[in-house]
Amino acid sequence: MPRTSHWFLSGLRHVDGILLTLVVLVLGISLAVVTSASGQSAARISGHLVNIGLALGVMVMIANVPPHLLSKVGPPLYVAGVVLLVGVALFGEIRNGARRWLNLGFAFQPSELLKLALPLMLAWYFHRNEAVLRAKHYLVGGALLLVPFLLILRQPDLGTAMMLGASGFYLLFFAGLPWKVILGGATLGAASLPVVWGLMHDYQQRRVLMLLDPSSDPLGAGYHIIQSTIAIGSGGLFGKGWMQGTQNQLDFIPERTTDFIYAVFGEEFGYAGAILLVGLYLAIVARGLVIAARAPTLFGRLMAATLSLNLFTYVFVNMGMVSGILPVVGVPLPLMSYGGTALVTLLLGVGILMSVATHRQLNKS
Amino acid sequence: MLLATPLKNLDRELARFHGRLKAGAAFVVVLATALLGRGFYLQITQHEYYIQRAENNRISLVPVAPNRGLILDRKDRILAENYSAYTLELTRAQPRDLEATLAEVSKLIQITPGELRSFRRLLAESHEFETVPLKSKLTDEEVAILAANHYRLPGAEVKARLFRNYQAGSGMSHVVGFIGRINDRDLKALRESGREQNYRGTVHIGKTGLEQSYETLLHGRTGFDQMETDASGRAVRALSRIPPVAGKDLRLYLDRDLQAIAEQAFGDYTGGLVALDPNTGGVLALVSKPGFDPNLFIDGIDPETWKALNDSPERPMVNRVLRGVYPPGSTIKPFMGLAGLELGVRKPADITVDPGYFTLPNSSHQFRDWKHGGHGLVDMHRAIAQSCDTYFYKLAFDMGIDRMHDYLAKFGFGEKTGIDMEGESPGLLPSRDWKQRRWKKEWYPGETVIAGIGQGYHLTTPLQLAAATAMIANGGKRVEPRLVEAVRDPLTHVWQPQPVVVRGQLAISPENLAVIRQGMMDAMRPGGTAAAAAAGAPYTIAGKTGTAQVVGIKQGARYDAGSLSRKNRDHALFIAYAPAENPTIAVAVMVENGGHGGSTAAPIARAVFDYYLTGKRPGNMKLEGNDASD
Repeated sequence: MPRTSHWFLSGLRHVDGILLTLVVLVLGISLAVVTSASGQSAARISGHLVNIGLALGVMVMIANVPPHLLSKVGPPLYVAGVVLLVGVALFGEIRNGARRWLNLGFAFQPSELLKLALPLMLAWYFHRNEAVLRAKHYLVGGALLLVPFLLILRQPDLGTAMMLGASGFYLLFFAGLPWKVILGGATLGAASLPVVWGLMHDYQQRRVLMLLDPSSDPLGAGYHIIQSTIAIGSGGLFGKGWMQGTQNQLDFIPERTTDFIYAVFGEEFGYAGAILLVGLYLAIVARGLVIAARAPTLFGRLMAATLSLNLFTYVFVNMGMVSGILPVVGVPLPLMSYGGTALVTLLLGVGILMSVATHRQLNKS
Repeated sequence: MLLATPLKNLDRELARFHGRLKAGAAFVVVLATALLGRGFYLQITQHEYYIQRAENNRISLVPVAPNRGLILDRKDRILAENYSAYTLELTRAQPRDLEATLAEVSKLIQITPGELRSFRRLLAESHEFETVPLKSKLTDEEVAILAANHYRLPGAEVKARLFRNYQAGSGMSHVVGFIGRINDRDLKALRESGREQNYRGTVHIGKTGLEQSYETLLHGRTGFDQMETDASGRAVRALSRIPPVAGKDLRLYLDRDLQAIAEQAFGDYTGGLVALDPNTGGVLALVSKPGFDPNLFIDGIDPETWKALNDSPERPMVNRVLRGVYPPGSTIKPFMGLAGLELGVRKPADITVDPGYFTLPNSSHQFRDWKHGGHGLVDMHRAIAQSCDTYFYKLAFDMGIDRMHDYLAKFGFGEKTGIDMEGESPGLLPSRDWKQRRWKKEWYPGETVIAGIGQGYHLTTPLQLAAATAMIANGGKRVEPRLVEAVRDPLTHVWQPQPVVVRGQLAISPENLAVIRQGMMDAMRPGGTAAAAAAGAPYTIAGKTGTAQVVGIKQGARYDAGSLSRKNRDHALFIAYAPAENPTIAVAVMVENGGHGGSTAAPIARAVFDYYLTGKRPGNMKLEGNDASD
């Protein structure tokens, strides 16, 4: 290690070149689409640039933290997150009929914290018990997953709970949860669907029904889905061209710099653009899985694999919602949607991937 | 060995993990395939459908209302015209902002309570995406204030609109009529006649008069701007335009000055007058007094004014010429006389003895002549010139109601004249059949007797009387009265004359007709019933006075105008044509509570004749004449 090199350059040693390239490509597309979707709003574009810069900085910082240090953050972060969730349940503010926010001088959603804390906690737990893994460890892991899952579910925030549940499940899955249990659970879950339906809130049921027939409420909740599918469908193979999408420019697409940004992208860049974008996401996931496969520790393997699958789950849920095959849930499109918090959280995850990728040699020795 | 087991385990664990990674990768591929499959369906398979949906979203057709046709008098002077003015209109598209916008607007420019009231009423009647006018005819200053504050007034727009103006005001109100905002009933009628599409973008529609009856011609064809609109419906830019085609202009037979003279001649009397060209049926003047200011109605009249107009005992909203029905009184006598001669019931020289009354056989009831003591020996000519009641009582009795009905029907009594304006009353020409149908009662001989002098069931409109008079003037040609003489195409600017509609020709022997005409001429000469009204005229008038009873006079009592309050006085009637030798104008005048036709109605006709035939304008019109009676 050349001592004379600048700290900044030495920091870059832990950046994975392939991941960075892929991430920057998607961020570049995002910048172009946010520019178009915001009507070239200088405030939006500069805000987006600031967010990107901030998030990339966080990513590089995290990449420099060795995985064994990262793993130590898991338990305290998890405990803090769960305590805050309980706080929400007791003292949280109700907005739009859901108790999700905690007023800590600023409005704060503890469920955001859990998105990383839960995988970190589980990876730490399995890593610690790597040598003696038995059925009871999976049970404890399941319990660690269920506590925040249920707390978020009863806020109610079905979307976030499902996403969190998915990330926890991925971790258990990569940690070796037996197939019998997975298939049995899936069967049980399918059988209990009618019960879940009965427990769902009216607005949640409506969203699902809306998906089956958006035209049933063309000016109400169905409007979003109808307009975004029109935008995507009218884009055709090559799209209408950057800043040429009529659905976008004429205001027909709701939330078009944030949750519905894929509708703008689909309209202006078409199916060819969609293939490119999905391809980039797949490449990121592939790189993440390669990192997982090469990771020297169980913690690294579990984190890298889980974060990779988790990223694509967000991609799938968002795109599925915007193109009308999944209910409307407030999930941003990773690396594409405008919004600082989500972007920082996401690149934080990418930073963990890079840390796992680049601290291999160090750990082995 | 101790180390070997965990290492072996580690290998096995690693192998299992790699298996799981493959499963995870496969899962991701499945998800990606689902996304791209959906994308393929939307963007490739269904692309045409969605591009159409997007175009429908984006493009809206904004109707462009055509300019309404003008209405001109016979000398091309304007009776109804358009002018452009700025209007402040609000849209309901943003309902939350509406009240706030209203409050802001009120701070900037003055909105009267009346304007606010009619705005709220229109708002309640309007459809969601329509704009509703709040204040019309903005001043330049108001336009500037609103433009400067536009950003504070969401949903408010200042629009240049065409307005209708009726220069001639109330004098022409019953001819030209007025336009008003399209209401639900209009909309239903438009829908049923398949014209709804052509009225997108049109705010007003003809409600009465020519504006109503010539609506289709006046309106024109609506054009369309193809506009690109955003999600909130705001137009972003124009893509293409189908220009509107303006409505056709109408030129009337009517002379604006003649109309004004006729109206003035009524003084403070109410009533109606219609003057026809007996050869074409062209309406030269059509006065119904009182009139009203048609400009009040264009953008919704305020409820108080409407109530005042509607409840006024003078009924200014009723067109008396078309809808007012009155017993024809003695004006029926020329037609009765012609019936008697043509049906062979009388010869011109046949004498009737008038002792001052007529009695039916075996009855003591006296049908009295207006002249106490009677006219003595009376032939047809004298009976008309002096309006002898007894002569016509007996003639009617001898003719019988059936023959009387059938012959009078040939002059158009009891039937709409077919004038090119809506709302005409057919009047009522009584017959034995009619009475049986209507009242389930048989016809009494006494009813025939009074029908002979135009009393009883018989009801006519002034228009019917004028049209019938025109038939005497033109020798039996039954022409439909027409207001519109020609129609101008807005593209070619060519005036297209409207056809003269002749319903038929009544065969009348020239000798018989001459007797009647002579009687009518002598009615206007010294010794006749309306001699004073014709005094000094440089042309010959043929006329006949009449009286329509308002209150019945008891048997044995005498009608005394002086003792009756004005509203109970008889309506004065007068029919005439001139010049008698070669008639070019025929009139019917009805003066409500005017008493004697000769003294109130005839001078009005004289003023019309003077101007029409000689160009002479009346100096100081005197309405109260000194004639003895009719």
